[in-house]
This record gives sequence, structure tokens and C-alpha cells, in this order.
Amino acid sequence: MSAVIEGHQDDHHHGPAKGITRWLYTTNHKDIGSLYLWFSFIMLFIGGAMAMVIRAELFEPGSQIVSPEFYNQMVTNHGLIMVFGVIMPAFVGLANWLIPMQIGAPDMALPRLNNLSFWILPAAFGVLLATFFMEGGAPNFGWTFYAPLSTEYAPPTVTYFIFAVHIMGASSIMGSINVITTILNMRAPGMTLMKMPLFVWSWLITAYLLIAVMPVLAGAVTMMLMDIHFGTSFFKAGGGGDPVLFQHIFWFFGHPEVYIMILPAFGIVSHIIETFSRKPIFGYDSMVYAIASIALLSFVVWAHHMFTVGMPIAGELFFMYSTMLIAIPTGVKVFNWLSTMFKGSLTFETPMLFAIAFVALFTIGGLSGLMLAIAPADFQYHDTYFVVAHFHYVLVPGALFSIIAAVYYWLPKWTGYMYDEFMGKTHFWLSFVSVNLTFFPMHFVGLAGMPRRIPDYAMQFADYNMIVSVGAFLFGLSQLLFLYVVLKAIFYGKKATGQVWEGAQGLEWTLDSPPAYHTFETPPNLEAGEAKG
Amino acid sequence: MSSDSSYYVPESSKLPIFMAFGLLLFVLGAGSTINDLGKESSNSYILLMTSFAVIWGVMFVWFSSVINENNKGMYSDQLNQSFVWGMAWFIFSEVMFFFAFFLALGYVRMFSVPWLGGEGEKAITNILWPAFEATWPVMVTPDNENFPGAEHNMNIPGITKLHTWLPFWNTLCLVTSSGTIALAEAALKKGKRAAFKSWMVVTISLGFIFVFLQGLEYYEAYAHMGLTLGAGIYGTTFFLLTGFHGFHVCLGAIILTIMTIRGFGGAFSEHDHFGLAAGSWYWHFVDVVWILLVLVVYVF
Repeated sequence: MSAVIEGHQDDHHHGPAKGITRWLYTTNHKDIGSLYLWFSFIMLFIGGAMAMVIRAELFEPGSQIVSPEFYNQMVTNHGLIMVFGVIMPAFVGLANWLIPMQIGAPDMALPRLNNLSFWILPAAFGVLLATFFMEGGAPNFGWTFYAPLSTEYAPPTVTYFIFAVHIMGASSIMGSINVITTILNMRAPGMTLMKMPLFVWSWLITAYLLIAVMPVLAGAVTMMLMDIHFGTSFFKAGGGGDPVLFQHIFWFFGHPEVYIMILPAFGIVSHIIETFSRKPIFGYDSMVYAIASIALLSFVVWAHHMFTVGMPIAGELFFMYSTMLIAIPTGVKVFNWLSTMFKGSLTFETPMLFAIAFVALFTIGGLSGLMLAIAPADFQYHDTYFVVAHFHYVLVPGALFSIIAAVYYWLPKWTGYMYDEFMGKTHFWLSFVSVNLTFFPMHFVGLAGMPRRIPDYAMQFADYNMIVSVGAFLFGLSQLLFLYVVLKAIFYGKKATGQVWEGAQGLEWTLDSPPAYHTFETPPNLEAGEAKG
Repeated sequence: MSSDSSYYVPESSKLPIFMAFGLLLFVLGAGSTINDLGKESSNSYILLMTSFAVIWGVMFVWFSSVINENNKGMYSDQLNQSFVWGMAWFIFSEVMFFFAFFLALGYVRMFSVPWLGGEGEKAITNILWPAFEATWPVMVTPDNENFPGAEHNMNIPGITKLHTWLPFWNTLCLVTSSGTIALAEAALKKGKRAAFKSWMVVTISLGFIFVFLQGLEYYEAYAHMGLTLGAGIYGTTFFLLTGFHGFHVCLGAIILTIMTIRGFGGAFSEHDHFGLAAGSWYWHFVDVVWILLVLVVYVF
């Protein structure tokens, strides 16, 4: 089998085009993966800067730096950017780089669509950021944009927000269709579904979740648009609708969405732990089934985000038990990671450190999630900093650490250069300490009753908030170090070998570092033991 | 150009970036046009129209180049299978879009309207509007001064008066057209091009009759029944569900019209007609949505 890209017309076979058009017109999964990753890196600093504003305001009680209105805009856009502009694009970038190389495919199944999926994002986030300079200011109703805050009391820029969400959703759907099609249709001969690398499995299921729920989000913002501008009554009780309906639709999207932001992390961490334990992953099959069960359960737990809204008791109980059920497959995963490490020949390079920190700290986030799942207790925790602590534990030392781990792990493969191990470890320890300094005390102030999304607080929370702010500034600065480590590796790094890591398994490690612009133009035959691209 | 077993990866393409630019214009144009609604002088619609021109233009070029590449034999069976998966998952995403609106309708009918009417234990639910009685369709809204309900609804008038009820004829059109497009596809597969073309013409005619009847129904609703977008939750769900369905019928009819024109131009062979097949799946999809919609919006 030979691919056209390798074909014999010389004008069609060359490396990347020169200049900016390489990035504008590219159809190459590696280029598009890099675009996604750099985009998400830039957005990390923008969203992070907003977090810094939030923490500066909360450094001391009282109104300090920004107005409450601007504070609301910061909270909202910090959330929107981190969710839709950082974590999701970073995972899509990793999917682009890795899935074709891991399954032995020449590229993504639909390369032009792939490029479109990426370039929609700068457009959408450009508009979102531009709303800061428009009349009425940026969206200020929280990343969950509950009606009627986002409908009757919203600034006029909500209309731009709605359409930006629409095209972001279109981007995610197109990207996911591409991923699913690639995985289902482009695997090398001999790679059966149950032989796929776990990162590929996690993305197959993530892509399914995305296609299932992004259209529901589109439906929700469409209803908002109609209520705001065209007189409908979806979320207006006076007309027979219900603001709570918004929450149901939003969280029907939102809960699978939070798993969209963690499932690929499970795949990444599985690869890193098996590499640095020099053992194959413990319980591969159960890992796959666990991801699938988590994904399916995510469709029937959404109302645990809204226990306090006034639901019938049967609803509270159903959503409480179904939520607690998720602890089982998640526990399977955590114990499988531990069992993989058990009696392994462990070494602690930077990716492994981040992966181990992921397992430990994500579990903390998971356990606080179990506390929140208990409906009667949730009435106490709801809308406090305890919730903020919970979801930041799963998203920062969870999702974000897994992305950072993935970058350290695969950077030598992508660029052909090793990063500086000492600097990488420094980055890890700074991040590890500061992330806990930032988010752990939030549990305490939350349990003591400090409400979230408020620019001021009572005196008794002052000490902890100061610690949190110091931790947050340190964490923010540590990520500048990450940027430095990445740039240093690209420009001054030592040459990496093709294998890179002694214990690494998988097709991508059979390629050169960096891999050729087009790889696996002829699919490797796994059954024949042939894996060189 | 290439052997049957190769996978075509275009070297680079200007289409996606132009499409992304079109979508950027769309967000700015749609946002500003809608925000300027009711203002005396506003030119925002020009931006919106430009965005449509860019988007449709790029789509035209994009689809043309895919057709040309396929005609040149650059696509392998594997790539064609990618298109099949792609279309299947796209239709799944459309199903989920409608699911959101069906969910909304189900929620208001099963929960929020009865609660507004005071149903449920420990009811504090009927405090705001004690006079409100929960019925479906909601003809008198809780706050009927600000959200005046409709005078008449579109529900099924009874079996004997079916012929006076537009949705009956609409259902007939759409279900029949789902059959005729299947006949068109079957004829094409047997190489009977004349029959294929005739069935396609019948299908798109039925499609456009559906759109026309739907328009007529909306006219009736606004002109004679007081049933508008603003007529409380009944008008809201009625227009949004039927409206988005109607919009998808329009899209489907446009797709099938293009396929018919291509068919008259000699496109499609017995074994290679994915464009038509995809259009036909889409058409079956809008048909299935309509049947569900008739049941929950008009009948029960």
C-alpha cells in the first residue's frame, strides 16, 4: 500500500511549506497538533492572567483592585478560556499529534476539516476577548451562564458570546468526527480495538461524548438567544417556562463535558506510568471498560450540580447514587495505576513526576467530588470555595498536569530535542507545591462557608485567602518556567534518540525523533511484527 | 493518479482558513445584527450577508474540489469509508441538537408547568400565580398580561377533520418523500437513470411542498390564531421545534436539489454516489425527527 502523499509527482512530495502559509493552509496532523498546543499555551497565559487578577483582588478582604463588575467578567472569562480555550484544545492537539502515529495512520482521516476545526478557535476566542472592549463589557454571568443572569440581566455582548460558543461547538464537533473516523477507519492492519493504545481509546470515547453533548450546548445557547431577542419563554416562569430548565440542559452538556476534560488525561497517564515503571499497564481491559463506564454514567448524573435548586426527593436520590457509582470505575483506574507501579523498575523523570502527582491529587479531587455527591451534605457545600477547590483539583493537578506531563513525555519525539531535566524537575516541584498551596486551603474556607464568585469576603477567611493568593502567584510564575523549558529544548536541547525513553512502548517510538513530516504512509503491519514507518 | 489502496492526504488547502474567516464574519455579523434589531439605522446586516456569501462560496468550491478529486480517482475505498463515518457521526450530532429541544419540551410538560400549577408535595410552587391552571397546551400563561397566551393551538382536531389539518398533509409529504428517495437510490443502483431522475424530482417537489405548507401554517398561526413566538411556553416550544425542523428540511431539500441537478448533469454511477447517499440519509433523518415531533408537539 502506498499513499498519494508519498507519490511520485515531486511537486506533491516535500516537507512543510515555507513561511506563514504553512500554518494557514496546512493539512498535516503534526502541524495542526502544534497549532492547537501553542494556541492552548497562549490561552493558558491569558486565562491565567485573569486568575491572577482574581487572586490579587482576593489577597485581602475589602474591595482592592478591580470593580465587582470587572471581577465578574474575570471569573467568567477565566472559566470559559480555561475550559474551552486551554484544556480542550490541548487535548485535541495531543490527539492530532499522537493518534495517527499511535495507530499507524498517514494522517487524520479528514485533513482539511482538521485545519478548519483549529482555525475556528482563534476566531471564536478573538471575538470573546474583543467583548471586553465593547459596550457593557465582557460576559459576566459565570462560565455556566445560568439564566436569567445570562438572559435578562446579561450585557449586550452576550449575543457575541452565544455565536462564539456556536462556532466553538462546531469546531469541537468537527474535530471529534475526525478523531472518531480516524480511529475507526485508519488503524494499521492487525491493530484491533482491544490492542489500541489507551490514549487512543480514551480519545475515541471522549470524541463520542463531544459529539453527543456539544449540540446540546448549542441548543442551550440558542434558547438563550431566543429568550433574549425574540420573546420566547424557555427560561421565563411568567410565560410557563422555567429558569431551572436552563440548568438541566446546561448540565446535561456540562457533566459529560467535565469528563471530556479528564478522559484523555487517563490515557496519557497510563502511557507515562507504564513507561517509567517498565511494565505494561496493569489491567488493560479493565482500563478500557472503566473509561467506557465513566463516559456512559456521565449522561445520567448531571443534576448533582443542582441539588439545591429544588428537585423532587426521588431526583435527589437518583442523582446522588448514580454519581457515587462513578467512584467505582474511577477507583479501578487509580488502583490499576498503582498496581502498574507496584514492583516496577521505577524512575522519576519529569513526566513521571507529573503523572504520579496526577494520580495522587486527582484522587483528592475525586474524593471531594464524592463528598459533594452526597445530596444532604451538598446543601452545605454548594456554591462555596469547597466546590472551587474540588474542581480545580481535578482540572489543574488533574487535567493540566496530565497535559504538562504529556508535553514533557512526547516533546523529545515531536521536536527531536531533549528538555533540560533539572529545569523540568524544578518546574514540577514549584508547580506541585504551589498548586497545593493554592487549592488545598480553599477546602477549609469553603467548608467554613466562604461563597464562590464574590469579590469580597468576611475577615475570618483573610489568612487562608492570602496563602491561596501567594500560592496562585507562584503557580502562575512557575508556568513561565515551563515556557522557558519548552523553548530551551526546542532551540538548545540535546538530540533525542528515536526511542527517547528506555521503557516506552508503542508505534510512535519506532519513528525517528523528530518524525518525518509524513509518517506511516505505508501502514505498519503489526501482525508481521513490522512497525517502522 | 493513485492505486486503489492509497489514502489521499491533500498537501495543503486554502479552503479551511477562508471558511474560518467566513465564520468569524458570521459571529460578528450575526451578533451585531441581532443587537441592532429595532435600531433605526444599522448596517450590520451587510456584514452578516457578506459572511453568508463567504461561507456558501467556500462550501461550493470545497464540495466541487472533493467531487473533482473523486472523479480523478484519487479516493480509495478507505477514504470513502471515512466519508461514511463522517456523515453518520454528523447526523448523530444533529440528533443530539434536536434532543436538547425535545428535552426542553418534555421538561416543561412533565415538570415545570404542573409545578407552576401547584402540583407536588410541600408545594410552594403555586405562590407566584395562584390563579394559573396547568394544562397543555398552555393557552393562558401564568403571567398572562406580560406573556399573553395563544388564542388557538395547533393540536390535532380529531380524526374526522384530519383533512383540514395541515400537519396531516405535511406528514404525508415527508413520509412519502422518504419512500421516493429510496426508490430513486434503488433506481440509480440498477442503472435506471431516467427513473432515478424522476424520483428525485418527485422527492424534492414533496420537500418544497412541505416547506410551503409549513410556511402557510406559520402564517395562519400569526395571522389568525394569536400563536406567536411570544405566546408563552407553548408558542416557544411549538415554533422552536417545528422551526428548527423546518430549517433542516430546507437544508435537506437544497442538498437534494443540488444532487438532482448533478444527476441531470450525468453525475453518480451505480457504485459511486456517496453525495446522493449522504443526502438521502439526511432526508430520512429529518423524516424521523418529524414523526417524533408530530407525536409530541401536535398529537399528545
